[in-house]
Formats: sequence, C-alpha cells, structure tokens
Amino acid sequence: MNRAGTGWFDGTVIVLLMLAVWQALYAYAGAVALTPPWTTAVYAVDLMGSPNFWGHLRATLSAFAWSVLIAGVLGIAMGLWLGAFRFAGDVAEPMLAALYTIPKVTLYPVILLLFGLGPSAKIAFGVIHGMVPVVLFTLGAVKNIRPVLLRSARVMRLSPMQTARFVLVPAVLPEITSGLRIGFSLCLLGVLIGEMFASQRGIGFLIINGINSHNVKLTTAVTLIVVVFAVAANSALLVVDRRLHRVG
Amino acid sequence: MSVETAAHAVLRGVTRVYPGASPVYALGPLDLDLARGEFFSVVGPSGCGKSTLLDVLAGLSAPTAGSIVFEGKPVVGQVPDGVGVVFQEDSSFPWLTVRDNVAFGLRRIGMDGAEIARRVEYAVGFMGLADFAGSYPAQLSGGMRQRVCIARTLVLQPRLILLDEPFGALDQQTRLLMGDELLRLWRETGATVLLITHALDEAAMLSDRVGVMSSRPGRFIDMVDTGWNRDRDSRIVADPAFGAITARLWSSLRTESMKAIGRG
Amino acid sequence: MSRQGKIVWARWSVSLGLAGLLEAACRLGFVPKLQVIPPSEMIAAMVELLQTEEVLDNVVQTFSTVGLAFGSAVVCGFVLGAIFHGLPRVRRAIDPLLASYYSVPIFVFYPLLVALFGLNSMPLIAIGFLAAVPAMLIATLLGLDRVPPVLRRVARMHRLGWGRTAALVILPAALPNLFQGVKLSLAYAFIGVIAGEFILSPGGLGYSIAFAYESFENRTMYGLMLFVLLSAVLVNALLSSWESRLLRRRGRG
Repeated sequence: MNRAGTGWFDGTVIVLLMLAVWQALYAYAGAVALTPPWTTAVYAVDLMGSPNFWGHLRATLSAFAWSVLIAGVLGIAMGLWLGAFRFAGDVAEPMLAALYTIPKVTLYPVILLLFGLGPSAKIAFGVIHGMVPVVLFTLGAVKNIRPVLLRSARVMRLSPMQTARFVLVPAVLPEITSGLRIGFSLCLLGVLIGEMFASQRGIGFLIINGINSHNVKLTTAVTLIVVVFAVAANSALLVVDRRLHRVG
Repeated sequence: MSVETAAHAVLRGVTRVYPGASPVYALGPLDLDLARGEFFSVVGPSGCGKSTLLDVLAGLSAPTAGSIVFEGKPVVGQVPDGVGVVFQEDSSFPWLTVRDNVAFGLRRIGMDGAEIARRVEYAVGFMGLADFAGSYPAQLSGGMRQRVCIARTLVLQPRLILLDEPFGALDQQTRLLMGDELLRLWRETGATVLLITHALDEAAMLSDRVGVMSSRPGRFIDMVDTGWNRDRDSRIVADPAFGAITARLWSSLRTESMKAIGRG
Repeated sequence: MSRQGKIVWARWSVSLGLAGLLEAACRLGFVPKLQVIPPSEMIAAMVELLQTEEVLDNVVQTFSTVGLAFGSAVVCGFVLGAIFHGLPRVRRAIDPLLASYYSVPIFVFYPLLVALFGLNSMPLIAIGFLAAVPAMLIATLLGLDRVPPVLRRVARMHRLGWGRTAALVILPAALPNLFQGVKLSLAYAFIGVIAGEFILSPGGLGYSIAFAYESFENRTMYGLMLFVLLSAVLVNALLSSWESRLLRRRGRG
C-alpha cells in the first residue's frame, strides 16, 4: 500500500480505536456518565431534526459567524498595521502574546456588564478569544516578507497598488490563513464557553443545562455534534492552510 | 569634430554613506563608464560596497553624492526603464509556477496575452526550464530557481542587466555552466551586463573588462581588459591569458582582502 | 536611548496610559460605577481580599489544581512526544487529531470526567491536564525533529550509548522547543482550570469571580479578576525571561 493508502487505513484504525474506547468507557462508567456511540449517533440525528434544537443551533451559529467576521477583519487590519509599522509591531507583539495566555474567561463578567445579556455579549466573547491569533499571525506574516521580493517589485517598476496586490497579498496569505484557522476555532470556543456561563439559548446552554439536569443522552449527543463540527471545519481549513504553505 | 561614443551608463563621483551615530562610508567616490553592450564584472573583498554599487546604479537607492546617468538620463532613486536585476538570493515568487513567474512582469505592463505566451515560452526554453514550466519554485533546485529569476528578467528585454553574485549558492561546476548560459544570454540580447562576483576566475572568464574594488569605502583600484572574443565560453580557462588575468586580479585584490578580513 | 529601551518605555507608557484613561473615565463618570470600577479601587480591593482567609484558600486551591494539571501534563506530554517521535507511522496517524485538538471545546467532557472521577477536584485537574498535554506533546515532537542529524552522528563518533546520547546531546539540543512547550502548557493549564471553575463551579478563584458577579459584588469581582490576570502575566513573564536568557547563551535570543 502506498503512503496515501496507509494514511487512510491508519486513520480508520484510529477512529475505530476511539469508538472502542468510548464503548469501553460506557461499559465502565455506565449510563450516568455517557451514552454509547451508536445510541448517541441515533439521538444526535434525531436532534438535528427537532426545531427546538435548531433554534439553539441558529443562536450559536449566528453569534459564531459574527465573531469570526469581526475577529477576522479587525485582526487582519490590526496585524497589517502593526506589521507595517515596525516600532509599533515590536512594542505590541509581546503584549499581544501575553493577552493570548491570560484566562479570558475572567473578563466575561465585564463584557456582560458592558454588553448586557444578549447575543452581542456572546459575539464579544468569541472576538476576544479569536482575534489575538489573527493579529499575531498577520503581524508575523508582514514582518517576515522577504525583502528581495519587494526589491524585485521595484525593479519591475510596479506601482504601489500593483506591489500590494500581486506581491504583498500572495506573500502573506499562507500565514494569515493559519491565523484565521486558529482564530476560527477559538471564536467557537469563546462563544460556547460564553453560552455555558451566561445564556439561555445556544448549544453551550444546552450542554450546561444537560449537565445540571443530568440529561446524559442530551449532553453526549450535543457534545458529539459539536466535536464533529469542530473537527470537520478545522480539517477543511487545514487542507487549505497546508496547500497554501506548500505552494506559497 | 570628434563624436564621442556615448557610454551606456556613466557614474561620476558616486558616494554612498549610511548615516547614523557612526556613519558607514560604504562606497566611493567612484567613477565608471559602461560601454553599450559591454560585459563588465566587479570583484572586490567582502563588504567593499559591490552590492551598494549595484543598488545605486539600478536606482534602488540614491547616492549620497555624485551622479548616475543611464542612456543620457539621470538616475535618482527610481529604477529606470530598461534595467533588469538578478539578485543574490532567490527572488522567485513561491506562489507562482515557473511560467507565471516569468510572465509576471509582462502581465503587469498590460502586454497582449498571445505575445506574453510567446515571450515566456521562448525565455523558459532558452533557460532550459521547458520541462518544469508548470512546477513551483519549491520543487526546483537552487540553480534552477536562479534560472527562473534570470528568465523573468530576460523576458522584459532589458538593455542593462545587473547581476549580484547570482551563482553564489551553487557548486563550482554548475557555476561554470551557468556562466556559459550567461554569455549566451548576453550575445542573444546584446545587452550591457554588469556582474558582481567574488569569484575571480568567473570574472576573468566571462568579462570584457573587470573592475577591482578596494576595501570599504569601495573605489576602483584596477581595471583589467581581457580582450576576449565575443563568442567565448568556459573552455577559455585553457587559454594562458586566463591565468595571467586571474593572477593580476588576485595581486590587486590580495592586500584589500586582507584589510577586509582584519576588519571583520 | 537604545531602540530596545524605547520599546520598553513605549510598552509601559501604553499600559499605564490605558490604565490612567480608564481611571479618569470611571472617576469622571463616563463609565457607570455599576459596570467598571476605577483601576485604583481594583488594586485596593485585590490587596484587601488577599488578606482574607477565604480568598487565600481559593488561591491555594486554584494554584494547586493548576500545578497538578501542569506538572502531569508536562511529564505526560514529553513522554508521549518522545514515544511518538520514535514511531513515525503512529505519529502520522494521530497528526490530524493533534491538528484539530484545540478546535474542540474540552469542557464538554466535564460530565464524563465527573462520572469517572467523582465530584472532587480530579475532573478539574483532568480538564487542565487535557488542555495542557497537547501543547507539550507537539512541542516535544517539534523539538526532537529539530535536533540537527549531524549532532546524532557526533554522538555516535564519540561512541555514546543511547541513554547518554539522549541526555547529553538530544535533550539539550531540543531544549528551546521543550521550554516553549512548558510555557504553553502552563498557560493552557491555567486557562483550562480557571474556565472550568467559572462554568462548573467547583470552587477556587474562577468560581469566586463568577459568584461575585452573580451577587453583584463588583468590587470583589474586579479585585479577584485583577489578581488572576496579574498572576497569569507575571508567571508567563518570568518563564519568558528565563527562556530568553537560555536562548541568548545559544546565540538565538
């Protein structure tokens, strides 16, 4: 079997192993802890058909989409600016890196106080989680543009617009994509945690509600849906990310 | 009335100082006349300002003092039309295929698509890259990537080609072959070529004239005419004059090089 | 002033400037007292709270949870990283898992952890552990990857056995990456534990902040918040300065 073939085979083995562990955990911990794979899958499909669930899903997805958009646009803009102005970038970079490592959940009460208990607070949670990696990666991308590429643009007498469009943008695209991919996952995390902490709607709320009411079936199924979505979305972005890095 | 053959490019009293707490006198004052269609090499110790000379001549940076005139017009901090540069590092765009890399400059000046395709296929073939036209630079060796950069410059039909140690990263044998390619290019295009190199044998075998630069601040301390035939190639190393020229270059250069090392 | 000096000065100016702006905005009434209290009061509140037994208990609880999660994650992550490094096929198989790991919100597994370990501190330690382990694992893999092959050949030339090669050549060569892994692990363990305490209310600093918020005790809330944020920043800064001293000696700082 060639490399790609063994890749698929090994991947399938890993997935089967995880399902086996899942089943074993169920056997060990019982129905008070989780529901087994097949039951969960069936119930999850059921859920996807219920309008009540879709109401929650829509709330989460809407907040998530907005936070990704805002974090992406603001993050790239800020990163471009900081990357272009060397001094500002050098000052800000460690400060942003420090922001990355603090538990942002401690800021949630402040955001709730400022934004109120609505979707805008959830969007803000997502943004504060997802924006920092976008800024950092964009900043790095601009800083690390190889000077010889810019000199080539000058030798070919490109206008500033042409230089930006045909040299700068393709040069920074791979790293910015990586930042967006990580920001995407963190925005989801932020929105979900926000819902788990202070919301009456959304997937996060369903999970914490399920935990509090010991509705094991619900929590396991919703967890499965979230994990599948997160992994699928991240893997898709990863393919794009890797393709850009291989080429660009 | 005597009619002076106008030189292709003229540098007079060119000086380049990098300002700062302790200013760096990188270059000059330096004079140079480049004849049209000439193959001129510059050799000198490390840090003597060879690359600065190229930058100033190409209009990539402005001199602190002195004048540069290219085709009768002054060059001040802007790259004039008709100048091509091949840099020391690989400057191919990693996100474009070989073909798209070579076509890049032509697309930006809005040339017609069919004409672009024609020129690109010719340049790619000329540089021996026809089998790799659809590949990305990351898939090519260092030497091939430099050939892509040369093709990209060549396709714009520059009248003055500046090369900054383009074969520095290559092994000796590849360098000799690339030297032959460069000579072929020079003959085909009829362009004026200025090559910066630290390899004395390369300068001696390729050029019509070699300028030896002093250590920093760089000035020309010797000009050697090789008197070679226009249709020369790397086999010229067998010619006894080759050894003499190389020896003369080294004797001029040796003291300067030692000064440069002592400093560095 | 050197450029580095100017940069440090700029950082302090920006930080203190923003704090000052907030202070003024609060004092002058632009920001309602019910929402944000002035930084000076936050500091005062923090100092007061740190002298109460209850808060100190919380601090001990949270920090020990983080410490246990962090410690076990570093050891486990390193060992797993070393093992997987030696099994390339296994590594390739789990690579997509690792790449997607942090896209999954691990708190969703809390009920499972409670069912497995009981309603004590273990589930929270487990969450901190789960948050921190991949960082160390990935850093270990990267660090071992980056050991220049020529160094291994030097070790063989000196006829060093497997153990001495690992201890005297490979580990020191991989140290910069390993250190980065340690830094990230600590940060993620801290984040995981605090967030866990926030949402799942098992006690500790995170829980206290959430409780203060829900009880409208803004002063307490901000005081504790400031403490948590300052602790995170301080610990990271200490590790970073240690790291840069390490790298500087190797000519890479």
